[in-house]
Amino acid sequence: MVALFALPFYVVVSIAFGTVDPVFQSPLPVYEPWFWTKTYLLGEWHFIIGEFRVVEVRTIVYVVLASAVCLVIAYAVAYYVARFGGKRKGLFLTLLIAPFFISYLMRMLSWVELLQPNGYVNSVLTFLHITPHPINWLAGVPFTVVLGLVYGYIPYMILPLYGFLDRIDQSQVEAGRDLGANPFWTFVRVTLPLSKPAILASLVIVTLPMFGDYYTNNLLSGSPKTTMFGNLLDNSMEATGQGPEAAILVLFLVVFLMIPMLYYMRQTAKAQRHQ
Amino acid sequence: MSETVSERSHVDRGSEGPVPPAPSRRLRTPLGWWRNPWRRPHMLATFTWTYLAWSLLPVLIAIGISFNAGRSNSVWQGFSTQWWWGHPRFDQSGALFVSPELRTALIQSLRLSFITMFIAVPLGVAFAIGISRWRGPAPAGANFLMLFSFVIPEIIIGISMFLFFTYLLKFVHLGTGAQLLSLVTYQVSYPVIIVRARLLSIGKEYEEAATDLGASPTQAVRRVLLPLLYPAILVSFALVFADTIDDFITVRYLSAGANTEPLSVKIYNFSRGTLTPAINAAATFLLFSTLVIAVIGVFLYRRITSGQRGQTQEMTGYLT
Repeated sequence: MVALFALPFYVVVSIAFGTVDPVFQSPLPVYEPWFWTKTYLLGEWHFIIGEFRVVEVRTIVYVVLASAVCLVIAYAVAYYVARFGGKRKGLFLTLLIAPFFISYLMRMLSWVELLQPNGYVNSVLTFLHITPHPINWLAGVPFTVVLGLVYGYIPYMILPLYGFLDRIDQSQVEAGRDLGANPFWTFVRVTLPLSKPAILASLVIVTLPMFGDYYTNNLLSGSPKTTMFGNLLDNSMEATGQGPEAAILVLFLVVFLMIPMLYYMRQTAKAQRHQ
Repeated sequence: MSETVSERSHVDRGSEGPVPPAPSRRLRTPLGWWRNPWRRPHMLATFTWTYLAWSLLPVLIAIGISFNAGRSNSVWQGFSTQWWWGHPRFDQSGALFVSPELRTALIQSLRLSFITMFIAVPLGVAFAIGISRWRGPAPAGANFLMLFSFVIPEIIIGISMFLFFTYLLKFVHLGTGAQLLSLVTYQVSYPVIIVRARLLSIGKEYEEAATDLGASPTQAVRRVLLPLLYPAILVSFALVFADTIDDFITVRYLSAGANTEPLSVKIYNFSRGTLTPAINAAATFLLFSTLVIAVIGVFLYRRITSGQRGQTQEMTGYLT
């Protein structure tokens, strides 16, 4: 099983460092590390730091925005259910878990339909005279894409947060209240610091996959104005001679994602040592 | 925890302190209501219900659209089942159970998810037991690998698997075989994570008791440990099935032509082009099949754990 994880990645590296067949433009992977060449890697690197930079910055902006919105909504919902769910906790949990069993595509599809020019979102907006004429939400509107990302990934954030908030010892919160803090300050000074590890973990769960997301974007916009890094990867697979470009982009993304991953592991290791 | 609450907050407006929510005169004024530190969190409650509506209503609307009488995907035009079974008076070729293209995809979907489920879950259970018995650095490495495959974008797995099967393992042809291999690789982390969590909470005592009473190690695992793991295994089955039947990223790169594209890939392809309510019917079908598996899982779970308390809590505990 380790082989099935590691070997494909080795092939990716070999192709990234390999050469290209001069006739068919198909990649010739080089499996021996001592024969690796950097020609194609360097060529692609030019794109990565040059032409693709707009896309990379845009991806980071979208992902950071979407994760922030996710965190605010998810924390509020998880907090409410964990602390005030009471007898309805079972019902709440069922409703919160439901999106896990609904396919991602289905959830995006429903928004594609709601946001059509003649869809229900536009009819409500024009009915309430918020906009004079229907807005074409699906023609490369960044707002739609970010909202789509939030909608798609937020269930994965609520559950870990809930799981943690539910385990917070209520007596610590009560102690804060007994010491005279009002609900707001109790929350800021007690609950929030206690839930820091959960916030970090749920951010990792949500943010990292967003960096490779191309489908949300493709379904809700499909316009080059909102292209993200995931789209670059997907396009490189759909182009002919798929290989070196896709492999190099994958390599770049993995190296990039290792940074938050290693940071997260260091933080959790530190937290465990403090206990 | 007294350090976290600084002295400053003592003089804050909430310094009524532990006053019980008695209907004193001060609390009856509008602002008094706002200041009451024990009031019910109406704003949070509204927020939560709004969120739930926002997260589930669009899907319900989409399910409704699959029974649309017209061709539109965005406006309701009356009830019919023509996009499911076709209608004698209309063109039937687009309906989910009639169109040969969608029917092939449907069968491919079910085939992939059932086979993946029945390979990945037993394998994952075996891994989980193996890892927990192992000493040394291996468990930590395996942990990292599982976590990593859980959080890295699936497109990375899809592309590396595609390159792997086209350039190194050329004897595995793109299509069902390659799809199954990569699905199993990816999905195996669910049962491993879930079963390991359960193993940690069970502890070693039961197994040791079994061996003390004369059971061989295999007997101890089969007759003591596995029954204790049944709930976790059931949850894994349901999750793996749900995730596999919805997967379209890895599978799309590894499909060999239109014949091996499952329903999820078809939905993706159609969503970008011309939409008909048949696509909604297809998505609804995926949802129903997942629900059926989940309901079977819950039913079996209830039967196994009948008489135990806190079932829902425990079941959701696996997900959090």
